[in-house]
Amino acid sequence: MTTAAPTTPPVELVGGAVAIGGRPVLRGIDLVVEPGAFVALLGPNGSGKSTLVRALTGLRPLASGTLRLFGTPFAQFHDWRRIGFVPQRSSAESGVPASVWETVAAGRLTRRRLLRPMSSSDKTAIADALELVGLADRAKDGVATLSGGQQQRVLIARALAGDPDLFFLDEPTAGVDARNQRALAEALGRLRDRGATIVLVAHELGPLAPLVERAVVMREGRIAYDGPPRHDDGHSPHDVHHHETLRPRHGLPLEGRWP
Amino acid sequence: MSPAELFSLPFMQRALLAALFTGLAAPAIGTYLVQRRLALMGDGIGHVAVTGVAIGLLTGWSPTWTAVVVAAVGAVAIELIRERGHTNGDVALALLFYGGLAGGVLLTGIGGQSAARLQQYLFGSLLTISISDVIVTMVLATVVVLIAVGLAPQLFAVSHDREFARVAGLDVRLYNILVAVLAAVSVTVAMRTVGLLLVSALMVVPVATAQQLTRSFRTTLAAAMVIGVLASVGGLVISAFASYRASVAPGPSIVLLALAGFAVTWPIGVWLRHRSRLRQPFADDPVGHEVSDDHDDRHPHRHGDDCGHLAVPHDDHVDYVHDGHRHAPHGEHYDEH
Repeated sequence: MTTAAPTTPPVELVGGAVAIGGRPVLRGIDLVVEPGAFVALLGPNGSGKSTLVRALTGLRPLASGTLRLFGTPFAQFHDWRRIGFVPQRSSAESGVPASVWETVAAGRLTRRRLLRPMSSSDKTAIADALELVGLADRAKDGVATLSGGQQQRVLIARALAGDPDLFFLDEPTAGVDARNQRALAEALGRLRDRGATIVLVAHELGPLAPLVERAVVMREGRIAYDGPPRHDDGHSPHDVHHHETLRPRHGLPLEGRWP
Repeated sequence: MSPAELFSLPFMQRALLAALFTGLAAPAIGTYLVQRRLALMGDGIGHVAVTGVAIGLLTGWSPTWTAVVVAAVGAVAIELIRERGHTNGDVALALLFYGGLAGGVLLTGIGGQSAARLQQYLFGSLLTISISDVIVTMVLATVVVLIAVGLAPQLFAVSHDREFARVAGLDVRLYNILVAVLAAVSVTVAMRTVGLLLVSALMVVPVATAQQLTRSFRTTLAAAMVIGVLASVGGLVISAFASYRASVAPGPSIVLLALAGFAVTWPIGVWLRHRSRLRQPFADDPVGHEVSDDHDDRHPHRHGDDCGHLAVPHDDHVDYVHDGHRHAPHGEHYDEH
């Protein structure tokens, strides 16, 4: 993992706004993510949390505002090997079977040169990534034969194989059973211990809750709350859509820091 | 005429060479089309290429080259329409289907050419292929295969998950257009072999056949190319021998042989998928379980590696599938899982 200029924030978005088809979806987003941070973007469906992650990766162009990745303005940013993106699982289906190993191997493309055979360090990185998500024994199996949670772990291994410093994960826990969520949390915990910066979108935190150091709660395209997550009685502040009916037993704060 | 005499005929040798290279190139690029769920794109390009051939016939230029150019333009148009998302991919294809075919027939008529001349390109005319046609076929097919195999890691990533590929820094649009142009080239290469109306079959059917039996992309790609060669060379040979008794065109023989291969492998694929579904590990069971009580008499053996019941991993132990139950050994008895 490269550790040049560890004080430069990996993500710096100032005054970010996104419009889809002319319709403003995100506005006034200021978000700085420090190196090594574990940030969860939370909020109800349609609050713009996935759109924000897509804007941070450049998949959605910004209508206004400036985005810097590792201190470089986005237009000049080409150091893609420092970024690992884990899209929502549905985007990984295709018409031809692909093995787990092949899918993870695609993560090495940020480091491979055109028309060159795979090096031994590529192969080691792929094997390590599969090991870390606990799927080393499934390498030869077709991705389609895996359960949803295992497929999600394959996508994390793919991002991991490129050995990036900054991870973006879009809803890694959606549709994943409890057991796989725990495996996922374990893998992400190990990544954090290696010093990676992690930004993930989640509808529910579940077993990820203990890892999250900072919760950014989105609401109607704006950041409604940005701060440490609440863990009272084991619940994470994921169900903000319940906030109209403030129920203290859900661990929702009553002191007015919430929208 | 003996087989040896038949294969010593120059036109037959030219046809065999063309069939070999076409059978290799069409499934190579077809694999990427199938992967992107654009199996019918070859068909769309084929229809557009009809206009290209007609332009060649009208102007006296080589129909092969006018078809390459027009098909490539059509393929890039399909790709751009799809990418901009103004229209669904299938609607974009349909628009080009009809425009291409209508334009081709219209131009052929204006040029005063007979429909029979156009038909050579619509259904293939492998046995009337000239030496220069064979050379062009070999060169173009080699280019398609080299790119499809050489850039396989990049093309796989882009076709598999374009958003991930973009964040990995790949120029997704460039690779998509490359695939579109290569597909157009393959269509024109296969035009003389199986004809423009059947060209998509040689791009798609070998891939569909291969993936009945494969689990990975690379083996699918390789197997599709082998199947493509077997189908195109085999179909040509069958049609050559059958021609003693009746008029059998090589194009349809090739396509029907490829389809026969699919018909044979499909049940095997169904069985393999069924088997792998049965053996899939059971998910964590949150409900709990009860002790099995109904098998004391019918259950004289211990479940184990050789008991004949399907063993499926479940969490930290193994369940034995038994008359629709799942038995997990637990001390002296079996739990129902």
